[in-house]
Amino acid sequence: MGRIVVDVMPKPEILDPQGKAVAGALARLGYDEFGAVRQGKRFELEVDGEVTPELLGRAREAAGLLLSNPVIEDVVNVSADESADESADDDAVVS
Amino acid sequence: MTGRTMSGATTHLDTVEHAGQSPDTIQPWAELGLKADEYQRIRAILGRRPTSAELAMYSVMWSEHCSYKSSKVHLRQFGDKTTEQMRSVLLAGIGENAGVVDVGDGWAVTFKVESHNHPSYIEPYQGAATGVGGIVRDILAMGARPIAVMDQLRFGAIDHPDTARVVHGVVAGVGGYGNCLGLPNIGGELVFDPCYQGNPLVNALCVGALRHEDLHLANATGEGNLVVLFGARTGGDGIGGVSVLASETFDEKGPSRRPAVQVGDPFAEKVLIECCLELFTAGVVEGIQDLGGAGLSCATSELASAGDGGMAVRLEEVPLRDATLRPEEILMSESQERMMAIVRPDRIDEFMAIARKWDVEAAVIGEVTAGERLTITWHDELIVDVPPRTVAHEGPVYQRPFERPGSQDALQADSALALPRPKTGDELRETVLRLAGSPNLASKEWVTAQYDRYVMGNTALAMPDDAGVVRVDEESGLGVAVATDCNARFAKLDPYAGAQLALSEAYRNVATAGATPLAVTDCLNFGSPEDPGVMWQFAETTRGLADACQVLGTPVTGGNVSLYNSTGDDAIHPTPVVGVLGVMDDVTRRTPSGWRQPGQVIYLLGTTREELSGSEWAWVTHGHLGGVPPKVDLGAERLLGQILVNASRDGLVDAAHDLSDGGLAQALVEACLRYDVGARVWLDEVCERDGISPFTALFSESVARVIVSVPRTEEVRFTDMCTARGQVHARIGVVDSPDEDATLDVQGLFSIPLTELRQAWEPLLRNTFS
Repeated sequence: MGRIVVDVMPKPEILDPQGKAVAGALARLGYDEFGAVRQGKRFELEVDGEVTPELLGRAREAAGLLLSNPVIEDVVNVSADESADESADDDAVVS
Repeated sequence: MTGRTMSGATTHLDTVEHAGQSPDTIQPWAELGLKADEYQRIRAILGRRPTSAELAMYSVMWSEHCSYKSSKVHLRQFGDKTTEQMRSVLLAGIGENAGVVDVGDGWAVTFKVESHNHPSYIEPYQGAATGVGGIVRDILAMGARPIAVMDQLRFGAIDHPDTARVVHGVVAGVGGYGNCLGLPNIGGELVFDPCYQGNPLVNALCVGALRHEDLHLANATGEGNLVVLFGARTGGDGIGGVSVLASETFDEKGPSRRPAVQVGDPFAEKVLIECCLELFTAGVVEGIQDLGGAGLSCATSELASAGDGGMAVRLEEVPLRDATLRPEEILMSESQERMMAIVRPDRIDEFMAIARKWDVEAAVIGEVTAGERLTITWHDELIVDVPPRTVAHEGPVYQRPFERPGSQDALQADSALALPRPKTGDELRETVLRLAGSPNLASKEWVTAQYDRYVMGNTALAMPDDAGVVRVDEESGLGVAVATDCNARFAKLDPYAGAQLALSEAYRNVATAGATPLAVTDCLNFGSPEDPGVMWQFAETTRGLADACQVLGTPVTGGNVSLYNSTGDDAIHPTPVVGVLGVMDDVTRRTPSGWRQPGQVIYLLGTTREELSGSEWAWVTHGHLGGVPPKVDLGAERLLGQILVNASRDGLVDAAHDLSDGGLAQALVEACLRYDVGARVWLDEVCERDGISPFTALFSESVARVIVSVPRTEEVRFTDMCTARGQVHARIGVVDSPDEDATLDVQGLFSIPLTELRQAWEPLLRNTFS
């Protein structure tokens, strides 16, 4: 089983209130080395079998149509998740 | 001049000096929306070509949205037709951020309605959210604490595939921003009509309260006073068309595609509100202005223009979210949640301490200067040097040609009186149910349940009652009522009458709640001013509204014009949303719209004529729009208002509900369903007196009518008052029991159990959108 990862970020020019709130909280906790934070979202799409270029193309299409709001967000990454096979039984893996 | 530390790829800075030396540089004025003669006028004003920063400022400030260049000549009537007596209740009027009305006991109230139509179609959630944020800052800038919001929403046909997308986003955006701010949403409008399919209307209204002495105005006076920018940092959002300038002039790598929409942060706005109110209380603010459309360009030029005229700004002092922004972009950015204040140098430390307390970033970016120039520097290089009045207040004024459309006669000749009507009791019954369940009359609960209506604990009435009522003074109970209305079908049939009918209905709604109407705000939503037919609608609307305001003694205090609301060549119906604000001494005396006490008698006030053109009945049952709208009768409206206010004050009525869309039938449905209490009604007397059929009595939309429920003990006093003042009234029913088999019974015609009525009225929006 393969997995496609789609990463979506708020457009760089757009205000990101969540990221701003996180940045403020980090500073209050003493993590003042992080100047700014921007928060996006990650989707994991599972497919039967290998991730093919065709499937990536379909995922890219879906990302533009549904997974992101193209007015205020950018799809910054659509790729095969290479760790998908090994980590099938371990959802806690951090990439 | 060596201190330039600009980041980014900018290679040239278009200084005033450089502009003087390069008169032949080709500038993208057309791409920025300027006309050739406008560009020439800018050159004439400056005696040279504008710098790119100046061009950006002029282009955005001379746009239709900021300059009102097409509408100005018509809007003047609102001032010209305001009499001294009408002016006497105003502490500030048109031209300020919002009108301010004296409501007594040292209190004043400010209110205004604005549009955010186009952004809300592109990005419904953020467009609607920032619409709320913007109008709240307008109210705040007057020195007032925002106390309530309302929203006026118009969407395409309810069953069109694209409508749900816009509805979901807009409703969530209005609720998301307003609820997070902790402001009650006390009402508004919700209309579905195919004419708004490609161009929904999202208007937002805010009400604020202040003590007289706290009134603040937007001007920059006092040489040496400091210009302070505070609130959110400035980012690259909402720059829109100005990216053309940046890319065409400087960037050979192609356009940078700055997004035209902004994202709001209601929590930042909430902190900004509290910070501003503490700054006002401390008395450290000389003048204040919110940053909305056109951002810093607008705030600096308007403050300077309304003040002494001189201001020097150091643009590199503006706190940025994105360090790569060019000066032109900083001037144009419409980043949300920002304010600009004028502060005396000896008070700046206090100002900064208060800002720090609220964790609001603030920066001194310039000062008020002698002379009459607004100068802006970027790291010591002069990039703007203009007379601020020419930017802010002396923009182009157009006498757009207007002409009554040739099709208007045919439209008016196509009367609804010729349409087939229901006759039998069963047919009437079916029509009542069908109308009650139609998109514009069905329960709006699915929308209003998403809004917080009672936060702050001062809401006395909210949707679904006729007007929103909020308490202003928690000691005395002094409060205000606000209602907005517009039947755009009436305005389409006759824009002069349509505007008056919108005022008439809003005025009646405020009086129905028990408040004395005092002042008006308006949001005029129209198609393209370059279409002479649309411009005729606009001219007729403003004339009608100004004339009617004079008759009713309620001045227009401010508002907003939104033009170019069209899809292709198809303009929306003219939609002049009219908001009326009224005052009541004690909000506990408010009159709700539904009856509760069995045995109370129901009176219909006002005369019913056979007026069906433009009605909800004609639209829902026949898809028909034609003929002439109901007759305007402002004298009757004013008398009715006095009766309702007196009846509320003296405790003569327990419920009152105005008759408008859907006529008496819909008013009865709503008055019954408000508290699930039935009624027995008879129409014979009214039909005989007014010479009409039961169908007309039920579905005509004649003005100046309400139904009231009167306790038996007060019946004589009530009817004596009506008789003494010449108010037409008729006893048409009694309030019935509130038990399970409660019904709306119209004697001799039909009877509908309230359970069946609710089943018809309630589920439409919920079933459609959730």
